[in-house]
Amino acid sequence: MTNTLHRYGKSETFVDDYIVFSLPAKSKAAGQTGDALAAQKRFMQIAAEYKPASLGDALHGGSLRPTRSKSIFGHWGKRNKPNFKKVLEGMSKAGTMAAVFDNRANAEAFVKRIKEEDLGLSVNISSSIENAKNACKNAGIPRHSIAYSLGFEDVGDNLPGKQAIMLSTMCGHGMLSINFAQKMMSFVKENRRTPKEAAETMARFCSCGIFNTTRAARILEDVRIGVK
Amino acid sequence: MKINPKKCVACGNCTYVCPMGAIYIDPVLQRATINRDECVECYACYNGLSKEVLPPATVRFVRRTLANFRVRFEPEPDVCPTTAFEPDKLEWPRVVRRAFSDPRVPHESTGVSGRGTEEVKTNDVTDRVSVGEVGFTIELGRPGIGARFRDFQEMSRALAKAGVSFEKNNPISTLMTNVETGDIREDILNEKVMSAIIEIKVPVARTEEIVRIIWEVEKRIPTQVVIGVGVRCDADGEETLVAPILEKLGYNPQRAKTNIGLGRKVIRDLTATAATPVKESVSA
Repeated sequence: MTNTLHRYGKSETFVDDYIVFSLPAKSKAAGQTGDALAAQKRFMQIAAEYKPASLGDALHGGSLRPTRSKSIFGHWGKRNKPNFKKVLEGMSKAGTMAAVFDNRANAEAFVKRIKEEDLGLSVNISSSIENAKNACKNAGIPRHSIAYSLGFEDVGDNLPGKQAIMLSTMCGHGMLSINFAQKMMSFVKENRRTPKEAAETMARFCSCGIFNTTRAARILEDVRIGVK
Repeated sequence: MKINPKKCVACGNCTYVCPMGAIYIDPVLQRATINRDECVECYACYNGLSKEVLPPATVRFVRRTLANFRVRFEPEPDVCPTTAFEPDKLEWPRVVRRAFSDPRVPHESTGVSGRGTEEVKTNDVTDRVSVGEVGFTIELGRPGIGARFRDFQEMSRALAKAGVSFEKNNPISTLMTNVETGDIREDILNEKVMSAIIEIKVPVARTEEIVRIIWEVEKRIPTQVVIGVGVRCDADGEETLVAPILEKLGYNPQRAKTNIGLGRKVIRDLTATAATPVKESVSA
């Protein structure tokens, strides 16, 4: 899957966007043994200590999820807030487990700690090339492999809808529609939602929990004041 | 996916959240309606919208009344106020739409999970892409355009003609009737999906040739192509073989997925370690 790879934006727009995820090698041919789920629970528990912007279990969802109300009065109830505990307690099967960090210090400290833990899981950093390189350098890890994103061919840097694409591509599975991102941009511009509220609303559509609400709120703030 | 007309109040929220733009309010029916040909069965509407249970008849009455005063009933933008979405039982070949579009379901049609494979994400354990090789992930359909299998076939045929071999565990590969020619099952060629990935592996020396083939096909198909290029780093963690080729082709990669090489054949045994309880304070 390439769901974290092809986020639209220049390198500098990923200044607050580090996705660090772990996964076991599932194919029998790989010959990996051991309790991957236990190791992944450890990975996520440690991640929670480093103040992530989001945690996500690809199977069960992220820290912000859609709600289901059984009462007609639920419509006027309070919206749910990010819940890391629910992600940690809901992990039932090894898969892709992701932690999203919105600052360099926490991301690099987490990577360093994960190296020391030596869990044996494959760990990847999805971010700008420089961000990942710096995190590896800080932890004293030589990079093993790299998957470059060659970007979206026909999406020009000055395209009017580029901020909507930046928001929408933060869910690489495409669950966050560009139309909805534009609607949230309008809501922010009209002061009907704060950037943070709009970012949290969008995050509920990302079923892996890799949507970065901090980066989204920053982009939406730019939209609000007219920064292109 | 279907929308129960007895429940829908035509609030219009779902028309925005559909990644394919396949939902609209039918002016005659006065209900949200799905263009089934464009719908990729991603379930973003069903899974992504929060569900509430307002009484439809009351909501319609309130909406009509308020509209007379130019006032609009407006539920939260990510809510279906009457839980009107109902999953369809999907039959072959339509079921492949969901398999490639809804990230929460495994590929029942192909037996493979996800739209692609682990590619270089587990390369530290699998050595799938070795030194001197390049793994390509060629994704069609993003962002928010979608692609039909006939588009994938156009790409796979061109690549097959160049003599490349397809990753055998990739979902698209499993739907090929002939991996030598890149032909895909005929009965699914018109099916539309959110996106899917063709995966191949070639020697580094063929990188430019493959990129040029992709460029050529891209001109002929009505969707967007996005390329991922996976490669091994050297012992110092540097990558100096493929980056210059990409640069020569006019690319200036900004983002990457970096496998930091912590994977082992044996996962650490944590049974001896006392489980760390989840702290109550662990929340944002």
